[in-house]
Amino acid sequence: MAWLDKAWIDTALEAMTAFFLVAGALITFISSFGMVHLRDFYLRMHGPAKATTLGVGLILIACMLYFVLIERTFHIQLLLVTIFLLITAPISAHLLAKVALHQKLPSDTTTTGAPSELREEDVAQEPDTPHPEVPGSGQRHSP
Amino acid sequence: MLIERCLPRPILSMILMLVWIMLSDVITYGSVIMGAILGIAIPLMTQRFWDAQPVVKKPLRLLRYTLRVMVDILLANLEVAWLIARPWRRPRPAFIEYPLTLKRDFSITLLASTISLTPGTISANLRLDGRSLLIHVLDTDDEQAVIDEIYNRYERPLMEIYE
Repeated sequence: MAWLDKAWIDTALEAMTAFFLVAGALITFISSFGMVHLRDFYLRMHGPAKATTLGVGLILIACMLYFVLIERTFHIQLLLVTIFLLITAPISAHLLAKVALHQKLPSDTTTTGAPSELREEDVAQEPDTPHPEVPGSGQRHSP
Repeated sequence: MLIERCLPRPILSMILMLVWIMLSDVITYGSVIMGAILGIAIPLMTQRFWDAQPVVKKPLRLLRYTLRVMVDILLANLEVAWLIARPWRRPRPAFIEYPLTLKRDFSITLLASTISLTPGTISANLRLDGRSLLIHVLDTDDEQAVIDEIYNRYERPLMEIYE
């Protein structure tokens, strides 16, 4: 890539590398900051699901530009990392949310909407039908 | 017949081979042969887990959909980052039940992934019995608007592409 050997191209590459690196670091920092001050599990989940994808993506772009600048080679693997991340991030977020719902983690009081997954199950709270294998169960409610 | 049996998923095989070559960073006989072996072996070994291959009816629309999602991911990230960066502003989270009109598992998966990647929403639970998707929204005051936006922006294009 001989056409790249010009001073102003080096300067431009350097500037772009710096820009993407700082932007990526900033986004990642903000999303980590969200982990500290958001108030329930479901809210905190939003940070890693999205902001991290963009943060890592930007840092990888910076990485790619850096290698063009220093070694004059183009590493396509870094692009692959971003694509894999885009494919896997929503799946891990979905599974985390499913587990949280299964564990009935409390959601913030300002949350509107009550999904049936978070409601207390009303089965087996008050056994009024006798269990076939446990003699004497269900006796409490019979007069 | 033999080709069909060895390559049940030609597109997947091709992608696997390309990914392998890209990962090894150089195009040599070794990497191409190894990529071909992986491209043949992995689909054969995982074939039992795959559903019927979805048919893309409108490839151009799929391309447009991909581009739109890419732009939305960028905007979503900035939006969420901006929301998080202001601790004094309390977000208004909500659980929303989104009624699904898509039928195929593959397109539902795509929709759920898209929802998780785009503005302030995460797909939390898929109820296949009631055909609905439980979504957690980071900040909203109008649930119907969120549902409408998802329908018009993502679900309808997906339906046109795959169903």
